[in-house]
Amino acid sequence: MKTLKFIGWRLLAGVGVLWGAATLTFLVVHFTPGDPAEAVVGGEGAAPTPEVLAQVRAEYGLDRPWYEQYAAHLWRIARGDFGTSYRLHTPVTRAIGEQAAATVELAAAAAVTGLLLAIVVALATAGRRRWRGLASAVELVAASTPTFWLGIVLLTVFSFGLRLFPSTGGQGVASLVLPALCLALPIAGVLGHVLREALEEVLEEPFIVSARARGLGDTAVRLRHALRHALTPLVTMTGFWVGALLGGAVVTETLFTRQGIGRLLVSAVNAKDLPLVLGVVLLSALVYVLVNLLVDLLYLLIDPRLKEAA
Amino acid sequence: MSLVKVDDLRVAFGATPVVHGVSFEIGAGECLALVGESGSGKSVTARTLVGLTGGGARVTAGELTFDGQDLTRLRERGWRRLRGGRIGFVLQDALVSLDPLRKVGKEIEEVLAAHTDLSGAARKSRVRELLTSVGVPEPELRAGQLPQELSGGLRQRALIAAALAGDPELIIADEPTTALDVTIQAQVLGLLAGIKAEGRSLLVISHDLAVVARLADRVAVMKDGVIVEQGPAAQVLRQPAHDYTRRLLRAIPAEHTKGTRLSDGTPSAPRRAPGKVVLRAEGIGKSFGGRPAVEDVSFTLHAAETLGIVGESGSGKTTTARIALGLTSPGTGAVEIHGRPWTRGDRAQRRDVQVVYQDTLASFDPRYTVAKVLAEALAVAGVPRARRRERSVELLELVGLGAGYLERRPLKLSGGQRQRVAIARALAPSPSVIVCDEPVSALDVSVQAQVLDLLEDVQRETGVAYLFISHDLGVVHHLCDRVLVMKDGGVVEEGPVGTVFREPAHPYTKELVAAIPRLAAA
Amino acid sequence: MNRIGVWLAAAVLAVLVLAALVPGLFTGQDPLAVDSDATLQAPSAAHLLGTDENGRDVLARIVHGTRASLLLGFGAIVVALVFGGLLGLAAGLGNRLVENVIMRLSDVGMAFPELLLALVVITVAGGGTANAILAIGVANIPSYARLVRAQTLAIRRASYVEAAYALGLPGPRVILRHVLPNAAKPVLILATIGVGTALVAGSALSFLGLGTPPPEPEWGSMLSTARNFISRAWWYGVFPGLAITLTVVSVTVVGRALRLRSEGRTG
Repeated sequence: MKTLKFIGWRLLAGVGVLWGAATLTFLVVHFTPGDPAEAVVGGEGAAPTPEVLAQVRAEYGLDRPWYEQYAAHLWRIARGDFGTSYRLHTPVTRAIGEQAAATVELAAAAAVTGLLLAIVVALATAGRRRWRGLASAVELVAASTPTFWLGIVLLTVFSFGLRLFPSTGGQGVASLVLPALCLALPIAGVLGHVLREALEEVLEEPFIVSARARGLGDTAVRLRHALRHALTPLVTMTGFWVGALLGGAVVTETLFTRQGIGRLLVSAVNAKDLPLVLGVVLLSALVYVLVNLLVDLLYLLIDPRLKEAA
Repeated sequence: MSLVKVDDLRVAFGATPVVHGVSFEIGAGECLALVGESGSGKSVTARTLVGLTGGGARVTAGELTFDGQDLTRLRERGWRRLRGGRIGFVLQDALVSLDPLRKVGKEIEEVLAAHTDLSGAARKSRVRELLTSVGVPEPELRAGQLPQELSGGLRQRALIAAALAGDPELIIADEPTTALDVTIQAQVLGLLAGIKAEGRSLLVISHDLAVVARLADRVAVMKDGVIVEQGPAAQVLRQPAHDYTRRLLRAIPAEHTKGTRLSDGTPSAPRRAPGKVVLRAEGIGKSFGGRPAVEDVSFTLHAAETLGIVGESGSGKTTTARIALGLTSPGTGAVEIHGRPWTRGDRAQRRDVQVVYQDTLASFDPRYTVAKVLAEALAVAGVPRARRRERSVELLELVGLGAGYLERRPLKLSGGQRQRVAIARALAPSPSVIVCDEPVSALDVSVQAQVLDLLEDVQRETGVAYLFISHDLGVVHHLCDRVLVMKDGGVVEEGPVGTVFREPAHPYTKELVAAIPRLAAA
Repeated sequence: MNRIGVWLAAAVLAVLVLAALVPGLFTGQDPLAVDSDATLQAPSAAHLLGTDENGRDVLARIVHGTRASLLLGFGAIVVALVFGGLLGLAAGLGNRLVENVIMRLSDVGMAFPELLLALVVITVAGGGTANAILAIGVANIPSYARLVRAQTLAIRRASYVEAAYALGLPGPRVILRHVLPNAAKPVLILATIGVGTALVAGSALSFLGLGTPPPEPEWGSMLSTARNFISRAWWYGVFPGLAITLTVVSVTVVGRALRLRSEGRTG
């Protein structure tokens, strides 16, 4: 019952965030300097014909009072209508849908790689003086390296130097290796650092000494007691890694000339295709909300104390 | 033959030696108590017996054997057989010594999995037996709960059950009763005595001589990494040979120490006669989220008087203190200072009631020096800037510190020095009342003695009244004139300390008084 | 982290600041001087880090790009700190209504990845160095608002703040004397580390062609062109990125050391 109530509240909070996000896009369209109709069709440089502008005004109800426009805006978004891309002349949802699979593939591969790397390295090195210095240095460099430069280095070495992987394209597993690695390493650097610090803190706790005093070995202590506690800070960093994956995808797809939402977004920004930009941003908020909900549920499994608090 | 033999044990962390040359033996079925103040090296000594001294520790010994086995040559695998299997280890404060994310039963099962061949089902029923044997009611239910769902006493019992699970010959208990209320403390000591009666050896680590008095066969007193005295319990506690032991014993506040100075045992100077009423609480009550924390509490406090409030955790004593301080507004009733109810924004009244906390370090702004701490308090009291330094030095001298402490930071002071600065700060606005919330609970007994003496001196000097909150009945008996016994938010008994503690009327007070650990039991 | 590492990092930062202020100290070459006879030359005595596609000296461009790159990271954090700080303080010190409104708004802000939010700002306001600073800064406002609020709340509940009230210090004075100074320190230290992340985000915008426009030297925009020549000129793609990474590592090392020190742990 408590768990259900907790989920209910989280769902409500998620809907609230999405409502806020939709409102924000409304504000962006309407407070952008100049004619909102022009903003919808692509800013002052687009030079649309008066007929097009009139059509947009009618379609978006720009001649009606703001609250009617706002209601209509929310209603359109609730139905999944994010408007029409001015540049592609297709519905924003379709434009995004066509690119989604490639980005999901890249982000999923990177997320799994990054998380596994972080957990394995942290578990192996936490509290072990000989290794932690090295691991910590590598993590720091990985976390500090910009995705786009890491990509350039990977390409220089593995594509053009050793010719192991293709430099561009989105076909096959081989073409996924470098982009996924490029996206995963900085994330693994940050998460690994956080996880190791958390582990080291936990390993000093009296209940760990208690467990050792019961005759448990080092590996058992780490896996059975410490890891579960150390995962908590990872969970609170959902915002970070979702953001890093989506933001990183923009850069990675551009660098490796891969298909995907990220590259779609960059071309939309360059063309001042506001509906498409806002569509992608709204989608990312939706992804964030969904992932957060999922993580919150996972969190309940990790830390049963929260069931009481919820 | 001795079960444990330790000869010339030395432990150093890096270049810092913490134990230098400790020797003792524990016979089969015998209980040795290792007693000392913080930093004496007693816990480190105990941990070397299970090889958990910690990373970076260098352990050397002339002899370090358990049942004839040389522990200095033990590898990790050997240690693991020993830990939990032959030596059970009970850490202090069960709240943090049990994994908060795992069920209590699982923690006990872990020992069985490591040291026995029992099947899953057999382990579960063994866990139930163990919990029953340490006096945990409804073992089935408790085994399935998380540590924080259990009371402090039950947690400590569960931890002891885990230590017993491997059927060890030796149990090491590190401060087994420290965080517990006095009635629970007595129960846990009883449980440990029962374990000894089963024929197991016991090594008890404690800072409290009175606690070990009824349990130990022999007592070893540690100071600065050395055992200064050891021998049969009765002898060490009744006819201490070493000066340090004598000082420790004298410093324990209790009924018989009333009217003497704890730090040197001399009679204290005569007290001032109590004056007019300075603080009156009338029927105060407070609820948090619908649950009453304090209900219908009334008391009066006279000038130059000390009123104690004793109670176990959750009795509402701290909420009562905060209401008296004017930091929490009462839901019902009222508090009057010099006949006037607490008024928001009345600065003169605010200055008239001051406070000394238990965790003094947290009560100082980390950026401030002692001089700044006092100057701020004096500024509030309206002392002109030019006179503040001079007045700060006067205050420091009043609390037994000198002008040399002005530029120090509280972080760099010892616990006792910090408590002195806190008292100086509380005195700065020349208040009528100081609320002392467990002011000596975190201090070692010798430092506690000095601070309690100081509180008496300050009262004699200034005529300030104390509202003294404590869980320690010995301290209250020593220091207070009258006492209020609280339980579940209400006052169950009040009166002069001598009467209340000698002839308790309420059954709860009787139980409390009976549970006080006494040296006389040795 | 050892002491030598921290000093080394501090030295790197000092050199960077110097390079940003007086680039002429580190290179005699003109970062904009085109030399069509010396395009994409490998590192040599004449061009220590080689040349780019227009024959411009890569080292000179990196040195002269320091100012723009540091400005991106630093400026963005100032924007985020000023606006986020004000909002966070209002939430931490104000009543429940104010706190709730600000925190729910920041919830919405947190739902957008930093770079994507920055791209929205760029779409509306256009590219360029100033707008990139604004974009990254705006994208960081929600997290700094949260940070400042959390700090303020934690300190407001601290025992020494209650002790100050108990002494009779008036509320505004307690906030001014105890809450603000103690809350500011950890926030400023975390902001130091934040300069590094903001620098990466800013140079990512340049890399996407939306930040500092060419031919103005800036590390991210240098990499943007360099990626077209990866197969022919490794030095062109490697050194500007090395400058970014070295900067971020140094900033992080110094920031972490400051944090450890302020928390009373040894660095």
